Amino acid sequence: MKRRNLLAGLGATLVAGCSKVGDSQPMQKLFELADGWHRGAQRTLGGRQALAREFAVSDISPHFRGNGTTDPGDATYAAHTAAGFADWKLAVGGLVNNPLELSLDQVRALPQRTQITRHDCVEGWSAIGQWTGPQLKTILGMARLKPDARYIVFRCADLLEGAPYYESIDLVDAFHPQTLVAHQLNGAPLPVKNGAPLRMRIERQLGYKHAKYVQAIEAVASLDGIAGGKGGFWEDKGYQWYAGI
Amino acid sequence: MRKHRLSTRIWHWVNLLALVILFMSGLNISNAHPWLYWGQWGFEPNHAWLAVHRWPGWATIPGYYNLGGARSWHLLFAWVFAVGLLLYMLVALINGHFRRDIVTRRKEWRWSAIRGDITAHLRFDFHHGEGKYNFLQKLAYGVVLFILLPLMIFSGMAISPGSDAAFPWLLDVFGGRQSARSIHFIVAWSLFGFFVIHVLLVLLSGPIGQLRDMITGGRSDEAA
Repeated sequence: MKRRNLLAGLGATLVAGCSKVGDSQPMQKLFELADGWHRGAQRTLGGRQALAREFAVSDISPHFRGNGTTDPGDATYAAHTAAGFADWKLAVGGLVNNPLELSLDQVRALPQRTQITRHDCVEGWSAIGQWTGPQLKTILGMARLKPDARYIVFRCADLLEGAPYYESIDLVDAFHPQTLVAHQLNGAPLPVKNGAPLRMRIERQLGYKHAKYVQAIEAVASLDGIAGGKGGFWEDKGYQWYAGI
Repeated sequence: MRKHRLSTRIWHWVNLLALVILFMSGLNISNAHPWLYWGQWGFEPNHAWLAVHRWPGWATIPGYYNLGGARSWHLLFAWVFAVGLLLYMLVALINGHFRRDIVTRRKEWRWSAIRGDITAHLRFDFHHGEGKYNFLQKLAYGVVLFILLPLMIFSGMAISPGSDAAFPWLLDVFGGRQSARSIHFIVAWSLFGFFVIHVLLVLLSGPIGQLRDMITGGRSDEAA
């Protein structure tokens, strides 16, 4: 019991120290730098176009867990669900020459990609599913980015803990061949818990980057000034913007 | 020449700091989803081969559940750990530390020699054998340096979706991301086991002198 107390005491001292240091500005800066080093190392050593592994139909997990928001739950979304998302619109705007507003039928009429990939949650679990939808680069090609566009922001229909969910990626991931605006999971329209009617697939990053219930895609020059300024709902709470690790 | 070279001493303490932070922030991360699986996928308790204990705040960094904060510590000190290990290994390869002190000789693998070494340890006699380290020490350091520490780095990389795209062989080596995560956890606790035994043996073999030598370097005649 005594040794345990000693260990607990040492642990608590270190923990208190780390918690203090971790909240300091220089340490936060260092954390962000290290996140950038991981991004740089992965892209330099593996290539910017490296593909996430694609699996066989037999590898698909028995069902696909829903996490975070599993139903936006408000009256507007409920009406969309009841109408089979017939009036859902995907707006594409921001720093583009040709802003778009796409219906689900228009999204489904674009060239499609189907891929069976593993979804990794930041919490640690994984599920495998088959996703179908147009590549984001097809839609961005139609909208024609302006030269100063550096990030793509996804605006979602759900509130999580009272705040609108949003996410962002850079242009390397935006134009990656496996980055999809998915409308199907395992050959059927997306279930509500998995982001109906449209969700992102950003296969080389963790699950919280894969925005669900997507209503708008926006090209921006900087993430400053959007919500908490860190580029995403979880990023504003201290999670890593680059979630490839 | 000193008992411990400067490069060994610097790495020893930097690595201790890195491993303690990695382990304690890792326990915080473990609390986010305390189930372990084999294979490529797994997301609910009935897929799990192990339900992990939830670790109390005094054992985790930060000292309360905070997945984002714990990952910040973990991912920063992963660099300190991996780059530190790489540099130490390069230096130890070049200056002969591995060849002279860690590599075992054929005759040390004879059962009579091993039995003698174990008996000596049980008598708390740690200063025997021809080189700087006796056989069990070489074996322990060798397993930690060349198996457990590299396994931590590679299994950690295999958990990362970006690394899996960059280095797809990671998934084949470990048999899937969830297997890699399980191995990451098992090896982390193996290293904790090494840490406990290592500290116990230091306490049993003159802790003041041992600590002093790992800081100042000590003198080589003490090592004979």
